[in-house]
Amino acid sequence: MAVRVSTADFDISAEMARLTASDTAIGGVALFVGKVRDHANGEALAELTLEHYPGMTEAELERIEAEAQRRFQVSASLIVHRVGTLKPGDNIVLVIACASHRQNAFAAAEFLMDYLKTRAPFWKKEVLASGEARWVDARESDDMAAAAWESAQG
Amino acid sequence: MTAVDNTSVVLRYFAWLREKTGLNEERVTLPPEIVTVGDLLSWQPTRGHPFDLAFAKPEAIRVALDHAHAKHGTSIADAREIAFFPPVTGG
Repeated sequence: MAVRVSTADFDISAEMARLTASDTAIGGVALFVGKVRDHANGEALAELTLEHYPGMTEAELERIEAEAQRRFQVSASLIVHRVGTLKPGDNIVLVIACASHRQNAFAAAEFLMDYLKTRAPFWKKEVLASGEARWVDARESDDMAAAAWESAQG
Repeated sequence: MTAVDNTSVVLRYFAWLREKTGLNEERVTLPPEIVTVGDLLSWQPTRGHPFDLAFAKPEAIRVALDHAHAKHGTSIADAREIAFFPPVTGG
């Protein structure tokens, strides 16, 4: 179990190998990578800056990870989230969930992302190709995805 | 120590709240009548510019007490660090 906030990019293969090396009971690994799109609401994006709340971010990610572990019998997991200024095509976030069976690995990875997007204190600021800079508004659909887990069994 | 004392708290601001207030953080001694998160959100705009603009829509602002999300009805009595920010948009 691990969470990490970093300006640096991540090496997906190395992270997965490290996470799974010592546990041969793992039968499935679900992995999600979030990337910077080259457009925002139909406009060309130049760059994206991610701000966060040091201390709270790590605490919140650890709470989310512990909850995923409890719900889905996750045997190993990792959340890496980048901060700072990123360009289109750059990686933003890596979530890995390992479990004995694929259903739990898939569900845990989705749960981790849904909760991360509504609970972890990260904020995105877009700079468009036109030069305009704006903070990204939270999406109602993200809140609904997280709320669906609240009402789900577990 | 009584439930409400005059010890100061650190207020922190993130994203557009940081930009609108022009502050990363500040140390303040809160008036004793401020008991809940909601009280604090109502008090902020009464401090004048730029807090009146930054806190014009308190329902759009999220609050964390000592690194944990808090609802508007939560007591701030034991908090040492109170953070204000818009709904999160990571991932």
